[in-house]
Amino acid sequence: MKSITATNDFVVKFANVNGSGSASANEMFAKSILRMGVPVSPRNIFPSNIQGLPTWYEVRVNERGWLGRRGGVDLMVAMNPQTWDADIAEIEPGGYLFYDSTRPLPKSKFRDEVRTLGMPITDICNATYDDPRQRQLFKNIIYVGALSVLLGIEADVIETLIGEQYRSKPKLYEPNVKALHIGRDYAQRNFSAEPIGLAVRRADAVGDRIFVDGNDAAALGCVYGGATVCAWYPITPSSSLAEAFQKYCAKYRIDPDTGAHRYAIVQAEDEIASIGMVTGAGWNGARAFTTTSGPGVSLMTEFIGLAYFAEIPVTIIDVQRGGPSTGMPTRTQQADLISCAYASHGDTKHVLLFPQDPLECFEFAVQALDLADRLQTPVFVMTDLDIGMNQRLCAPFAWDDARTYDRGKVMTAAELEAGKDFGRYKDVDGDGIPWRTYPGTHADKGAYFTRGTSRDPYARYSERGPDYLYNMERLLKKFETAKTLVPQPLPHKAAQPTKLGVIHFGSTAPAMEEAIDMLECDGVHLDTLRVRAFPFADAVAEFIAAHERVFVVEQNRDAQLRSMLVNEFGIDPARLVPVLHYDGTPITARFIAGAIARHARGAHATPQPAQAANA
Amino acid sequence: MTYITKPKLHHPSLACNALGFTRRDYEGKISTLCAGCGHDSISASIIRACWELAIEPHRVAKLSGIGCSSKTPDYFLGQSHGFNTVHGRMPSVLTGAALANRDLIYLGVSGDGDSASIGMGQFVHAIRRGVNMTYIVENNGVYGLTKGQFSATADAGSVSKKGVANSDAPIDLVGLALQLGASYVARGFSGDKQQLVPLIKGAIAHRGAALIDVISPCVAFNNHAGSTKSYEYVREHNDAVNRLDFIAPRTEIVADYAPGETIEIEQHDGSRLRLHKLDAAYDPSDRIAAMNYVHAHQAKGEVVTGLLYVDETAQDLHAHLGTVAAPLNSLDAAALCPGAATLDKINAALR
Repeated sequence: MKSITATNDFVVKFANVNGSGSASANEMFAKSILRMGVPVSPRNIFPSNIQGLPTWYEVRVNERGWLGRRGGVDLMVAMNPQTWDADIAEIEPGGYLFYDSTRPLPKSKFRDEVRTLGMPITDICNATYDDPRQRQLFKNIIYVGALSVLLGIEADVIETLIGEQYRSKPKLYEPNVKALHIGRDYAQRNFSAEPIGLAVRRADAVGDRIFVDGNDAAALGCVYGGATVCAWYPITPSSSLAEAFQKYCAKYRIDPDTGAHRYAIVQAEDEIASIGMVTGAGWNGARAFTTTSGPGVSLMTEFIGLAYFAEIPVTIIDVQRGGPSTGMPTRTQQADLISCAYASHGDTKHVLLFPQDPLECFEFAVQALDLADRLQTPVFVMTDLDIGMNQRLCAPFAWDDARTYDRGKVMTAAELEAGKDFGRYKDVDGDGIPWRTYPGTHADKGAYFTRGTSRDPYARYSERGPDYLYNMERLLKKFETAKTLVPQPLPHKAAQPTKLGVIHFGSTAPAMEEAIDMLECDGVHLDTLRVRAFPFADAVAEFIAAHERVFVVEQNRDAQLRSMLVNEFGIDPARLVPVLHYDGTPITARFIAGAIARHARGAHATPQPAQAANA
Repeated sequence: MTYITKPKLHHPSLACNALGFTRRDYEGKISTLCAGCGHDSISASIIRACWELAIEPHRVAKLSGIGCSSKTPDYFLGQSHGFNTVHGRMPSVLTGAALANRDLIYLGVSGDGDSASIGMGQFVHAIRRGVNMTYIVENNGVYGLTKGQFSATADAGSVSKKGVANSDAPIDLVGLALQLGASYVARGFSGDKQQLVPLIKGAIAHRGAALIDVISPCVAFNNHAGSTKSYEYVREHNDAVNRLDFIAPRTEIVADYAPGETIEIEQHDGSRLRLHKLDAAYDPSDRIAAMNYVHAHQAKGEVVTGLLYVDETAQDLHAHLGTVAAPLNSLDAAALCPGAATLDKINAALR
């Protein structure tokens, strides 16, 4: 069997034990390739566990810049005996297995068509270190050293990274560099005679892009967007967003004269309290947000209805995970669309934004705070675990210092004093958005009583049908206004005219772009539209109308975006073919291309869910 | 009925406070509660307390949950912003509002159903965080708005209007607040304004979480023999530990009481609480003693009223969080946004 040969285009997967200190070594491995100018996209595949269960780190190396998950593994770094059999089975024919050969394994534990590279890592560590903790920790950096030789990663690049990582703990620099070279020396002595076919070669394909996870980016967006109040409750995969907000605030939101905080963060007792605090802060004129995941949104729904009806700015960042119930708390999905879009009792509809990567997590977090104030309503940023908790290469963050915050229609004391008519729920501008006052604005004008129950345009309690209708229809008009304010969908034309279209959103984007490229090579051409917000712009309906068949690619079981498209536009469902991936792993280009190619060739008259073998 | 506006005819002889306002300026819409409802007396006490403190009405934010009690903020302080939130969740909304603007006075009005049942979690956590607020529970032991079901504060053995006896153990909000670290804990009785008005004034002047549990008989469903929250029962079993005078800053102190009978407590804003001790053994600055006293008298079927505990050195949530002195809702982009140059540095560190 011929071994795989590939330069700057392969997948390395690390199989580790949770809590063994592998995460930082693996990240250093990925970053060293980036520093050599070659794009990588790593993904953590981790269990709901702190210590002991299996965890994986999958690094796709791709000079062309495809950042979606590829599927398949070319080089497996098998450091976890628990998952050995499944890990070995996952290696592509002709691929490579790197493992700790301290304990001999029977031949039956290996595959003939996979080349094995054994290194007695435990023996080496036991011979070098006395401290059991060091024996464990340095294993990781030793295998990174060995891999760097196998793949041609430059030693000084990793040394620089070690220096950066231990800048504040210089004592740890030397032992880590030493461990790196233990690994490198072993590999040079034992593997150099027969090099492997995978290689990293210096390139210039990274440019000025940054490497960051979406939770960090969204948190930074909340800092730049002027959020001052954050209330949250710990839930995977959103907790690191609130923690990143804390980290950035501690750095950038301190009053230089007094050391006092220009922010307030409360870890609430549950998600009901977090959304309650955000509602109270929004009512009182502060920019406030919460971050959560699907189960948290379920708990918040009564408040979301109140905020919608009482017209209070609220920003909710939903880092989606697999549901229902606790579902797959450490796996990714895009399965909260319907629960967020129509969250709460009665007739409600909410604004949703769908970021594709960390850059858009940053930008949409800023924009959500503006939109919430402008529209006086809850706004959701619908990110997910795949972009939230994995570092992703993306364009650098940008900020225009001339940018100001859009605080929406807030009537001032001077305007009230001048006798401007104030009807809290009155549509005076024809856009469905009323004016509001902050509590405490004026001594005898502008106060009103906020309630979840019905009221007239002047906020007076009323159960009269016409008053209720006025409000509900005005809220619909406001939703129409939202259409024009939210991020618009981004179309991409196929290389040649086609009757086939694809709609996708959020974290599917990188896999989608690659799938389109694969399909074009196969002669299947598709126009694409990346939907970036709900309510859907008219351009979405026009795109569907302009194509005979439109595939809707989603990472959920029930084709939730497709349901919303059918529902909102009254479209014949037959025109929208679902392409659904929801096993908890990020969607791949192979999956999308396979499903669409099969369906395009079969040319079904009615929409069958497009299936693909799990890539 | 709450849309009815009260006639604004001011009797010329109505007294004015330091701001030139009469008590009428602190009123709200006409109450829609039952005639004789204890809650209306509490509203009147709030009006009286705010007028006496010469608070600018628009500097108060009044928040409530759902229920009869939670309707009342519409019936006082008509120039204040009010927020009738969702059932049991007023504490979180108040917490968020207080974080947004530390300069307003926060008045949370709730009931026993709203706070002790559905809202128990939020009640507990708002108290333990030390939110700077006056939290008034209008406690009648029943769900009035849904017609007379027992609430969680109903005493075991208490009999409903329909003759059903309550077998569940009662939740004592005062005992809980003491345990949770509330820095101002009082119990009043809606029928005793003399005691209640200064208790409210002291709570408003206090910086930190102030709870006043006010026994407030429900005339429709819980004011009969067999109820321990009736006017008659409370009047007979009231054990007032002290009588309170509230002395505003700069007010001349007129007289001194003999030592041993009075205690003076100075609060953050310089106001003073002068306690006339009715029970010589009672010390409102000792949390543990207060808990013991309340429990011991409760066991005897007595309702202890008065200022049960106060910590004049308490700190509030803003102090815990170290927030700036300016209200967070007043900070602009210049104060909040780190700017493009900083973002370039952040980008550089992410490569």
